[in-house]
Amino acid sequence: MNVLLTEDLTKFYGIHRGIENVCLSVGEGDFFGFIGPNGAGKSTTIRTLLGLLSPTSGRAEIFGKDILRDHLEIMSEIGYLPSEAVFYNGMKVRDILSFSAKLRKKDCKKEADELCERLELDQERKISQLSLGNRKKVGIVLALQHRPRLYILDEPTGGLDPLMQQEFYSILQERNKQGATIFLSSHILSEVSKYCSHAAVIRAGKILVSDSVEKLGHTGVKRIVLQGTDKIPQFAHISDPCFENGTAKFLYDGDQKELISLLADVPFTDISISDPDFDEIFMHYYKTEGDEK
Amino acid sequence: MTVFFHEMKRGSQPLIICSVVVSFMLAAAILLYPQMEPQMSEMEGMLADMGSFSSAFGMDKMNFSRFPDYFAIECGNTVGIGGAIFAALTGISMLCKEEKEKTAEFLFTHPVSRCRIVFEKLLALIVQIVIFNAVLSAVTVLSSVIIGKASDLADMWLILLAYLILETEIAMICFGISSFIRSGIGIGIGIAVGMYFLNIISNITEDVKFLKYITPYAYADGAELLTNHYIDGVYLAIGITLAAVCAAAAFFRTAKKDIFC
Repeated sequence: MNVLLTEDLTKFYGIHRGIENVCLSVGEGDFFGFIGPNGAGKSTTIRTLLGLLSPTSGRAEIFGKDILRDHLEIMSEIGYLPSEAVFYNGMKVRDILSFSAKLRKKDCKKEADELCERLELDQERKISQLSLGNRKKVGIVLALQHRPRLYILDEPTGGLDPLMQQEFYSILQERNKQGATIFLSSHILSEVSKYCSHAAVIRAGKILVSDSVEKLGHTGVKRIVLQGTDKIPQFAHISDPCFENGTAKFLYDGDQKELISLLADVPFTDISISDPDFDEIFMHYYKTEGDEK
Repeated sequence: MTVFFHEMKRGSQPLIICSVVVSFMLAAAILLYPQMEPQMSEMEGMLADMGSFSSAFGMDKMNFSRFPDYFAIECGNTVGIGGAIFAALTGISMLCKEEKEKTAEFLFTHPVSRCRIVFEKLLALIVQIVIFNAVLSAVTVLSSVIIGKASDLADMWLILLAYLILETEIAMICFGISSFIRSGIGIGIGIAVGMYFLNIISNITEDVKFLKYITPYAYADGAELLTNHYIDGVYLAIGITLAAVCAAAAFFRTAKKDIFC
């Protein structure tokens, strides 16, 4: 069953493009990464799903319910962490957690206490006294304390130190194992490759690709490193070329047998052919497919 | 009623400050009356003979040797301006502050409908104005008792009621505007002061008498209230209609608009 489904979801701000014909499907229990550079449309997609923005066209469902018609039912089962966590300045952490729980008509005190302990967040501190990282922790507790079915997290680790990032992902993995669905946007590719089972890449408001992380990692693209050569070979299907101190590095996404025959005419002393890492693959999506479209 | 109580708590500090400041001015004006009373009959002719200036503030229709008439002028200056500015500032910021202070993303992503949020905020706005006026009424009663003028309170209740309605109307107009803007302190003060001056202008010349149909100060005019002993139904009906239209606009606009953070 799809927990989240969008069909040609489009949002324009006047004449300016936000997102265009976004089609996504996130299954129940998925740990889904939504990847894209700044301004690609990640936050616009999320804010449209949450009802903060109204779609220009297209539609979306969460838990099989229409995001516009069944907004309140949907929101009661979503935990949302915005990219920039801003709260009411005069309040203490404890007050804002309690205010959110009251808005949800739930008693979340026990869960909030446990999360604050794990994230080392002092509930007696005033919001105005908190650092960026601690405000993010407040946002995390707010998104998690009511144990929702779907977590929508917009660039969740910004401002968190590496130890806290690890603890945060450990909590998310626990929730995911308990059946919750995680949908997180990020431009940090390593965290997506490490934790997510599925991912979609968005660029300039359009989805470039959406698949399992495993399949996305097997693109047929190879990273070639030639040592003891005098220049980048002039083949077709080459991208990301780099030449330094007699070493040529490039990505090749053409036919691999043809590559071997082409390399026969290239002078070199050593060669390495490997799968590119996850970052390189997504950089490849950002640069090439986006440019073609 | 979580949003309502949250707004009441958020608005408590400005409410206390404004209540104390305007109460102090009002109490000072009332408590000074015994010292001024002997000179009032001498000043009366002078205040009534200042031509347009007298007309502008309704002083040509007043008898300053009567305490309610004196109160009507002083109340117009303190509650009329101070109260209206408090109402305007509270109303104008009630909705737009969420986007301005970037808390809208937090509030609007909870399972509470936008209409419910607007309703509870509007209720908090009205309750704050009622509390503000209750404090002023208590100060008026107490000060009047202190100077031995408690018997005149019957006339003064009508003036205080008219100002309560005036402030509620201004607050609701500003509340409606608040749903269309991101920040509007200047607009709020402009509306409160602008409405006050519209009434003054309409008192000076017959040519712009129609302005009385726009400004709520027309039905809160102390001279008229003390003469007629009732609030003008036409002006009041227009004011209530305008306030209702603005409140409805706040509901429709907030329900439909994109929330930017």
